[in-house]
Amino acid sequence: MEKRVTFSSWTIGILFAVPQLLLIFTFFYWPAGQAVYWSLTLQQPWGGGNIWVGLDNFRSILANADYWNSITASLVFAGISTGLAMFIALVLAALTDRQLAGSRLYRVVLIWPYGIAAPALALAFRFILAPEAGFLSVINRIWPGIWDPGLDGADAMASIIVAFSWKYVGYNFIFFLAAFQAIPRSLIEAAAMDGSGVIRRFWDIQFPLITPTIFFLLVINITESFQDSFGIVDIMTSGGPANATNLMVYKIYSDGFKGLDYSGAAAQSIILMLLIIVLTIFQFRFIERRVHYG
Amino acid sequence: MASITIRGVKKNYAKTQVVHGVDLDFASGEFVVILGPSGCGKSTLLRMIAGLEEISDGTIAIDGLVVNKLEPRERGCAMVFQNYALYPHMSVAQNIGYSLKVAGIPAAERNQRIQAVARTLELEHLLDRKPMALSGGQRQRVAMGRAMIREPKVFLFDEPLSNLDAKLRVQMRSEIRKLHRRLNATSVFVTHDQVEAMTLADRLVIMNGGKVEQVGTPSEIYTRPASRFVATFVGAPAMNMLEGTVELDGLSLLGGSRRLAMARAGLPVGTKVAMGIRPEAVRLVASGSAGALDATVDLVEELGAGRVIYVDLDGAPFSVMTSEAVHPEPGSTIGLKILPEDMHFFSSETGSRLDVFKASVPEPAL
Repeated sequence: MEKRVTFSSWTIGILFAVPQLLLIFTFFYWPAGQAVYWSLTLQQPWGGGNIWVGLDNFRSILANADYWNSITASLVFAGISTGLAMFIALVLAALTDRQLAGSRLYRVVLIWPYGIAAPALALAFRFILAPEAGFLSVINRIWPGIWDPGLDGADAMASIIVAFSWKYVGYNFIFFLAAFQAIPRSLIEAAAMDGSGVIRRFWDIQFPLITPTIFFLLVINITESFQDSFGIVDIMTSGGPANATNLMVYKIYSDGFKGLDYSGAAAQSIILMLLIIVLTIFQFRFIERRVHYG
Repeated sequence: MASITIRGVKKNYAKTQVVHGVDLDFASGEFVVILGPSGCGKSTLLRMIAGLEEISDGTIAIDGLVVNKLEPRERGCAMVFQNYALYPHMSVAQNIGYSLKVAGIPAAERNQRIQAVARTLELEHLLDRKPMALSGGQRQRVAMGRAMIREPKVFLFDEPLSNLDAKLRVQMRSEIRKLHRRLNATSVFVTHDQVEAMTLADRLVIMNGGKVEQVGTPSEIYTRPASRFVATFVGAPAMNMLEGTVELDGLSLLGGSRRLAMARAGLPVGTKVAMGIRPEAVRLVASGSAGALDATVDLVEELGAGRVIYVDLDGAPFSVMTSEAVHPEPGSTIGLKILPEDMHFFSSETGSRLDVFKASVPEPAL
């Protein structure tokens, strides 16, 4: 006998789904479709019609050295900040898992950064990293001019990476800690009886068993580093100096809303979307194979 | 092969003490079973020997070497866990060979030893499987193989059979026994199952409430329980206990309705004692015959080979196990006969065995 509640008519099911479908359509499919359309036309900045230009927008963007610079900056940012945020979180979680006293406190304290809006935390980091008065200004007193994110592109990139990583360390930590704690204690003890030391146990037992979590966080962190970085860049560097931190998501905004090149910005959105899709497919194809699902 | 010496070992978790000063000696090559109810500290004691649990006080020595401060891997012990604790991401071969890999033994020798262990445990055809794809009994054997391959000085078993079904448990029990006979490594086996304990042990340690109640061979434990706890814990159905009071010329039982004539053996009049009789030691006689205790039948449990008759003896519950082909109706009266040599006496106050008392019994008559 069928135990579940079932609807005899499919229309009731559709009716229940309609509010959600409407939301998704209004805020995702319609704008996305609109972006595709704009990317294939030349939009008038003040409204009043458009001209079909085919793939011209894409051609001009991909021929632009500034855009390739932006892609490189985005990839560098994504790679380093994902690596940093995941590595620090993994180490913190592994240490917390070993010595559990007060872990509840860490859990609460470490999730807070994730709850802070990107612009707010960017402002805080702008003060902290300010070369003339921030905490880091001390090193400028010792070696004058060594730290200046306003002038040095590498310093600026480091600043936004630190701010972004700080936010995601907490997020990653929660997942890593949960993954570590889901490993039965007796497995660690069995490995200890087998003669395995702390570091060896980590690599042989714990690490392989948390690979599903590592994979999940890798996909999320990379995706977010392409998208969630906007607020941080906008407040901390505005893409400068000399476009050193002009990440793809920020360039879309500045080209579109400051440069009023709607069509070019739309084309960039499409490229960013494709890039994220390709990266995600790549991760599922080549990294997921190494993941052990318990 | 190694002896284990445990001296005054205690274990505290914050403020609760779970092991209260245990002294034990396990001889080299001996198979010792620690038996006790859940929460008696038996697993904690085992884990302290293994090095998985810190020793709060006292010392544990393996082969004369105090191991209190040694890491588990430095103690030469192997352990079989209750839930097997197989590494889920490794194949059976990798699971068994992990300790050799950690020890840096070359792959060729490693494989040879894995094969040898797999052969003894009949796991050869499963070596490439992951633990997920094994049955409970197979997982159990892999866990044993993982412990065996290191040729440890000491084998520790933490209730390894409790997750198996009854039939497999009996089979694994005899396999463990055979394995021990061949490897002859000192083995400490923790369980709460008394049949398992009785059948496996060279020597039994009975624990209760963090203390050792009695140490002895299974038959010593059964025939001469050192305390009331041991008497009622070992044996099924549990030993009958009749409360009594010492009088001038004997013992008043069951609130005075029965008297047992016997010498007092120095116990002051008025001392409260308990008399224990194993259900299987009680004989059935014709009701009303000389020296018979008449009792009313409450319930008969059929066991196939025999039956347990639960009776009411002057208001006290009492059980009798017999292999005779008798099937008394509930409500009917039967006669019971208890021989003096089958009686055990325990102090009601401390629960300890009163041997003086029994030795001086001339010819008690109920």
